[in-house]
Amino acid sequence: MKIPKLLQFAVLVLIAYGIFKAPGWFGVPIPGSLIMMYMFFAVVTILLVMTSTEKSAQELFTPIKALVDDPSKAMTRNVVFAVIPIIGAVIVFNQVKPSFEAPVELRATHPAPPSTLRAFNKSFNIGTLENPMRKLAKEDPAKFKELVKEGGVVYYRNCFYCHGDKLDSKGHFAQGFNPLPLPFQGKDTIAQLQESFVFWRISTGGPGLPKESTPWLSSMPIWKDLLTEDEIWKAILFIYDYTGNVPRSWEK
Amino acid sequence: MATKDERYDKMAYEFIKVSITAYSITAIIGGLLAFSLFMFYPDFMKYMTRLFGPTMLAYALIFFAESASLYIYYYGWHAMHYGFLKWVHLTIGLVLNAVGTMLMFLANSWVTFMLSPGGVDAAGAFQGDIWKVIHNFLWNPINLHRFVANIAYGGSIVGAYAAYRFLSARNETEKAHYDWMGYTANLIAIGALLPLPFAGYWLTAEIYAYSQQMGITLMGGVFAWLFITQAVIIGALFLSANYYLWCGMERSPGAYRYTKYIKYIAGVIAVCFLVWFTPHTLILKPWELKTLGGQYHPFLGPLGIMPAKNTAVNNMLIFTFLSFLLYRRANKIPTVSWAAAGSAIQAAIFIAAILNIVYLGVYYGYFTNTVYKVASSVPQVASTLTVIISCMVIDVLMFKGAKDVGEFRWGKMPQRSQYALFLLAVSFTWLMGLMGFIRSAIRQHWHVYTVMRDNSLDAFTPTIGYAAKVVSIATVIFMAIVIFIFWLSQLSAKKQEDKSKLHPEVIPYEPAAKPLKPETETE
Ligand code: HEC
Repeated sequence: MKIPKLLQFAVLVLIAYGIFKAPGWFGVPIPGSLIMMYMFFAVVTILLVMTSTEKSAQELFTPIKALVDDPSKAMTRNVVFAVIPIIGAVIVFNQVKPSFEAPVELRATHPAPPSTLRAFNKSFNIGTLENPMRKLAKEDPAKFKELVKEGGVVYYRNCFYCHGDKLDSKGHFAQGFNPLPLPFQGKDTIAQLQESFVFWRISTGGPGLPKESTPWLSSMPIWKDLLTEDEIWKAILFIYDYTGNVPRSWEK
Repeated sequence: MATKDERYDKMAYEFIKVSITAYSITAIIGGLLAFSLFMFYPDFMKYMTRLFGPTMLAYALIFFAESASLYIYYYGWHAMHYGFLKWVHLTIGLVLNAVGTMLMFLANSWVTFMLSPGGVDAAGAFQGDIWKVIHNFLWNPINLHRFVANIAYGGSIVGAYAAYRFLSARNETEKAHYDWMGYTANLIAIGALLPLPFAGYWLTAEIYAYSQQMGITLMGGVFAWLFITQAVIIGALFLSANYYLWCGMERSPGAYRYTKYIKYIAGVIAVCFLVWFTPHTLILKPWELKTLGGQYHPFLGPLGIMPAKNTAVNNMLIFTFLSFLLYRRANKIPTVSWAAAGSAIQAAIFIAAILNIVYLGVYYGYFTNTVYKVASSVPQVASTLTVIISCMVIDVLMFKGAKDVGEFRWGKMPQRSQYALFLLAVSFTWLMGLMGFIRSAIRQHWHVYTVMRDNSLDAFTPTIGYAAKVVSIATVIFMAIVIFIFWLSQLSAKKQEDKSKLHPEVIPYEPAAKPLKPETETE
């Protein structure tokens, strides 16, 4: 038996929706905002395929036309014409009804850094700044290892409460903050950044973030008031070393 | 004179007629822009004029040359139609294009100077070499990007014109003609669209190389969200281009053999498309944030970075090309003895390239560190180009002297397909507006980056939402002008009819040929 096109369409749309929703059942939901975009294009693509030949377009539209024109379908028509606005109303209602959730905010986690950073009574040019200890990795590996170790001490004295003892952002305070502390594991955060950027973020902390990272300023402390310049560089060495990430370097 | 097909001649003539009106409107709007700039930003314009004075003069003079060649080209069309004179005419056409390109390059130098000033010292004082000012860091990347984009854009506008005429056509001959015109224009638009992402990557890489800070503002800051919008629109472009090809198969009686593959191609393109616009940082509701434990999604996160995007876009290109190949053979039966082998080789090339692209994307994306992340893009592009070139060559050889399944029917296109052509033109316009906004907004509070600040009282960098609204309104106004121009061109061909006459005047076919080069003059 051949499934009518219109039914095929409905089934395909439902399947697509199911696929996008499925990760949510396993604890890694695809955000609603994205599902909406995904669904929009899934529906459009299915429609395009179904109308790409005249024959299948006819098959798809005939029942809809019949529903509107055909006198013998008056009853069905009335039902459909009543149900569709009701569904629409329910959706609209659910979208506009007030809730206790904080509004969704679009914030940049990795905003553009300023060109210069004032700290430790000096001015750093973020565009050219490099980790002064990085070169030891090649020149003096033993010394470098030493520094990484010291960085580890800095980290476990100051940072692991939030960023976690495995640098996975699951520290015991972490859940209390919004925005959550960032993990250093994985390829999304420090693996994408230059050390000068990381230095800036650590030195100035949450209050140092520019406007596009508002409205919630992060709880990241202003470490330039609490640590020395060297301690920060060492901590940076440590967080890259521990996670196996390599800082981004610019061509040239 | 690659082809003796007189249809191209007619198409070119028709479109130059449209261009004439467009040209005068360009000049008017250009004047408006210049006057407003001088009125609202007198100091800035004073500075620019002092620096670029000679080039502005050159611009005006070249504009004369442009007008002259345009008018000779248009009014001389019928006077120079055969033999040697036709060649002269053609040359004037080429000069017209060359001069137009030159104008664009000059204007580009002003714009790129504002982004990446060259030839001046830190305080902005001229150092004596005007060529250094023109040939600033981002000049060539922008030149290339705009050159290619203008061909694509020109194609899409011709396509929209053809669609407009197709939908208002009153008989089968007209319908067939405009269907063919729409098809050709679409082909040019898509042909130029294919290399555009790569020109875009080059430009972005150069922006990063010029100023890291500008690069991060562009890709990592709030503007990143405009790139998601861009991705969505580009995806829509690809979908509508494919849809147009699929609908176009109806013109061939032999198409039934291939229509069953459409759904698979569509499936792949849709998946690529979803990857292509999945953002790196997600908009999350608080409960989603808590469940995920962070801004970054465990499996969507990796889709947000470059290697995944490159993989997606390359596959999207390859499958669009596949749609085109199927379209080409819809009505043909090859007669060469090695046809089966030829198809098998093509299939093998496709599969090898796709595997290679996916492998490179996954390997470089997830198993190497950032320094090498971009390294995947070059071999991926190479694979895509290999597929396109080698399969095209095989295809041409294989279908030499091929038999037709039945009569090819221009004009047998469903009306809905024409809206795909409209969508193409609208999307291009919109995209150009949005990306143009980014291009100038990454300067932030600078008129000329790091050299001259914008100190005016009301200066601010518009939020994305605000900018998007302004650009959308501009797009609507622009499309309205375009439709007005289309309507005008039709008007000029109209004569008030005698009631006894049934058909409107159709411009007669003339036996001569001229390859089409879309007229492009956009900012
Ligand atoms: C009070 C909790 C807390 C402590 C303690 C803390 N951080 Fe953070 N950290 C955060 C938060 C919250 C963020 C930012 C999240 C955001 O902006 O989205 C952050 C961000 C960062 C970032 C930026 C990562 C990126 O991808 O941009 C770095 C680097 C960092 N922290 C390093 C450190 C170091 C090193 C220490 C110890 C010296 C430390 N943090 C201590 C909470 C903390």
